[in-house]
Amino acid sequence: MFPILEARLLATAVKQFKIAAPEIAKKRKPGQFIVLRIHEEGERIPLTIADADAEAGTITLIFQEVGKSTEQLGKLKAGDTVSDLIGPLGVPTHIEKYGTVVCVGGGIGIAPVYPIAKAMREAGNTVISIIGARTKNLLILEEEMARVSHSLKVSTDDGSYGYHGFVSDILQDIIDEGMTINLVVAIGPVPMMRVVCNVTKNHKIKTVVSLNPIMVDATGMCGACRVTVGGRTRFVCVDGPEFDGHEVNFAELVKRQRAYLNQEKLSLETFRHQGGACMGGIS
Amino acid sequence: MTETTEKKKRTQIPRQKMSEQDPKVRAKNFDEVPLGYTPELAKLEASRCLQCKKPTCIDGCPVSIDIPAFLDLILNGDFLGAARKLKEMNSLPAVCGRVCPQEDQCEKVCILGKKGEPVAIGRLERFAADYEMAHGEFIMPPKAPPTGKKVAVVGSGPAGLTLAGDLIKKGHQVTIFEALHKPGGVLVYGIPEFRLPKAIVQAEVDYLQKTGVELKANMVIGKIYTVDELMANGYDAVFLGTGAGLPTFMNIPGENFNGVYSANEYLTRSNLMKAYLFPKYDTPIAKGKKVAVLGGGNVAMDSARTALRLGADDVYIVYRRSKKELPARIEEVHHAEEEGVQFHFLTLPVEILGNEDGWVCGMKCQRMELGEPDESGRRRPIPVPGSEFTLEVDMVVVAIGTGANPLIQSTTPDLKTNKWGYIVADPETGDTSKKGVYAGGDIVTGSATVILAMGAGRKAADAIHKYLTG
Ligand SMILES: Cc1cc2nc3c(=O)[nH]c(=O)nc-3n(C[C@H](O)[C@H](O)[C@H](O)COP(=O)(O)OP(=O)(O)OC[C@H]3O[C@@H](n4cnc5c(N)ncnc54)[C@H](O)[C@@H]3O)c2cc1C
Ligand SMILES: Cc1cc2nc3c(=O)[nH]c(=O)nc-3n(C[C@H](O)[C@H](O)[C@H](O)COP(=O)(O)OP(=O)(O)OC[C@H]3O[C@@H](n4cnc5c(N)ncnc54)[C@H](O)[C@@H]3O)c2cc1C
Ligand code: SF4
Ligand code: SF4
Ligand code: FES
Repeated sequence: MFPILEARLLATAVKQFKIAAPEIAKKRKPGQFIVLRIHEEGERIPLTIADADAEAGTITLIFQEVGKSTEQLGKLKAGDTVSDLIGPLGVPTHIEKYGTVVCVGGGIGIAPVYPIAKAMREAGNTVISIIGARTKNLLILEEEMARVSHSLKVSTDDGSYGYHGFVSDILQDIIDEGMTINLVVAIGPVPMMRVVCNVTKNHKIKTVVSLNPIMVDATGMCGACRVTVGGRTRFVCVDGPEFDGHEVNFAELVKRQRAYLNQEKLSLETFRHQGGACMGGIS
Repeated sequence: MTETTEKKKRTQIPRQKMSEQDPKVRAKNFDEVPLGYTPELAKLEASRCLQCKKPTCIDGCPVSIDIPAFLDLILNGDFLGAARKLKEMNSLPAVCGRVCPQEDQCEKVCILGKKGEPVAIGRLERFAADYEMAHGEFIMPPKAPPTGKKVAVVGSGPAGLTLAGDLIKKGHQVTIFEALHKPGGVLVYGIPEFRLPKAIVQAEVDYLQKTGVELKANMVIGKIYTVDELMANGYDAVFLGTGAGLPTFMNIPGENFNGVYSANEYLTRSNLMKAYLFPKYDTPIAKGKKVAVLGGGNVAMDSARTALRLGADDVYIVYRRSKKELPARIEEVHHAEEEGVQFHFLTLPVEILGNEDGWVCGMKCQRMELGEPDESGRRRPIPVPGSEFTLEVDMVVVAIGTGANPLIQSTTPDLKTNKWGYIVADPETGDTSKKGVYAGGDIVTGSATVILAMGAGRKAADAIHKYLTG
């Protein structure tokens, strides 16, 4: 049982939890994730470790309520517990001094970008961050990102805040201004990562993306998370989650992410119908 | 009555059948298929044993259970005594009684099998173990005085569980680290409920915990701690019983379409995550109407029978050799046939076809014929030219074997592995190239059986005990 110490609403349907997990807090590195199971009947869902405090023994998770499990998780409060937390999982981000690193985060993808931006800065890079969301009240971590970046640019799709347009447009502008970029890290919805990769590919800028396929065990045992990278099948949970964005078959990933749409809908409807009351196993 | 006429009479008793759920009914539920012996039937079956002076059956059992002794206890109605006798050599009798390939082991060499049918040793083992679970009380096994030594066991499959049970009795402190949220290894994530109820595995694990074994679930060794870190954290020895959990695919086009599962994923969703109870349980699973299962082993049979239970109309086992070469247990093939699984022998899948949404809609296959024997002595299947055809399916489960998960090996540089990535260990002791580190079960041998993994755990426990106290 892992106690939730702090639960905060960051934006519409986006929550931030601080959970006591001392062993994971000590061990985790940027780019890694955990798998969480709320209770006995729950599924195993992966979430990025957005931050950690080794001394306090806590990790921070930021998640968007998109379906049954995340909605149920969002109903928990400080003092509640989740039954399982497994991690740290995945290969940590390769951090080194590249020179200038552009960190691009879209929507909930800003959460996994944050620890990477922080580590890149600590490694001596010039960090330029571009974050964006559909609309102003979905934007998260602006202050935190500003703190770890040398410069921060913000966009919203609807123009309700910052630049009116996409993060990829800002990236294109920066490139057009002639700045030398040594690495781009892009995390967000697949369409966003795909567009960013198209932009950087034209300019031969190395681009790392973090993929989020459906996972089950997240230990390399089942193959649910397989994606095609550079023509080869890879398991995202153990070989990733980060890959060279120019090599990823995004079209396949999108289709695989949608494999259970009907069941997910049924699951969410059943849950809401029960008034979100089916909280078996939660103390 | 002289001894010989008594013996003759006994041999005239036929091998007792165990009642089973009707195939039509059971193909739609996840309850256990065989229903077990009644005490009367168990006694009758046990009475068939000749109590041989030189019991060959014992040699057939990888953990050398004193078979005539436990059969005699059953005959005398001392069912709890029989269970205790079993537990002297086998810490998981309720499991082995169900899933051991008895026809290749103890029962294969039972003397009665020479002329007629062998004693149903497995069924009787199951009976005694189940009886104890239902009626017995927990009795703390005798434990040696504490040695002050700590052992870390990585993996809670049959190898790790057996080793933990042995070492705790020898006075060591034992902690099991398990990557998944539930202990049991393949017994919980792979073998389906209808063959091995999960409550039985849990009861065995509960028993171990009562004897003092510490269990830490959700710990992926290689990630949260490396083997070296475990040793630095005060463990005097480490046992690696991590199994052969890496799924193999065919490497044919179309394998990443939705609806294509590795058997591991399919069975894990169904067994470990209880997707067959969706939406009460949150994990979803695809319910194919026409399902192809590739492969011919136990794992393939389990996948095929699971697909039927999840509502498939047609389930095909697609196997590139003939029926004779099927590696699955005869009993499992028989069960699958009874339930309506169809077989496509001498058939090789060459491509999986998908629709616009990325879902499986068919599978291109090629007919094979058997040629000359290969290295394994089995006749090699060779393609028949021009024999391609398309099987109409909406789901495919790939059950063609597993390999070694590299998580631990890749983070333990001084641990020697072979060319397939399995850990190199002494078959008699489990000793590896790294001091204080032992290994056994599927991670050493490649996918084998429950009882062989247990045997490896037992041998490694003896070796570790010597290492720690010698
Ligand atoms: C490595 C990794 C890191 C992630 N980090 C974060 C994060 O920091 N914050 C965050 O909000 N989300 C993150 N996700 C996505 C998150 O796991 C899904 O949003 C969540 O599982 C949805 O579950 P649900 O029941 O609420 O929604 P559902 O209705 O079940 O699913 C909604 C969508 O989420 C995806 N999904 C469903 N089940 C799974 C699963 N078992 N594994 C992965 N994806 C699934 C599917 O694409 C699905 O269409 C991450 C995913 C991965 C793989
Ligand atoms: C579907 C199926 C059906 C089968 N049917 C039969 C049968 O009828 N009869 C029979 O005798 N055999 C059968 N087998 C084979 C048998 O189950 C295995 O040979 C046996 O379970 C091997 O035991 P093990 O202890 O070596 O490993 P496993 O049972 O594989 O257990 C290994 C455990 O280690 C854990 N682990 C792995 N890596 C790590 C890590 N890095 N850190 C922590 N934990 C880790 C895993 O999660 C797992 O729980 C079947 C196998 C399958 C897959
Ligand atoms: S453990 Fe297996 S081989 Fe040994 S007696 Fe029991 S069923 Fe037979
Ligand atoms: S070989 Fe058969 S008959 Fe003889 S003791 Fe063993 S089980 Fe009994
Ligand atoms: S989630 Fe099972 S192998 Fe990656």
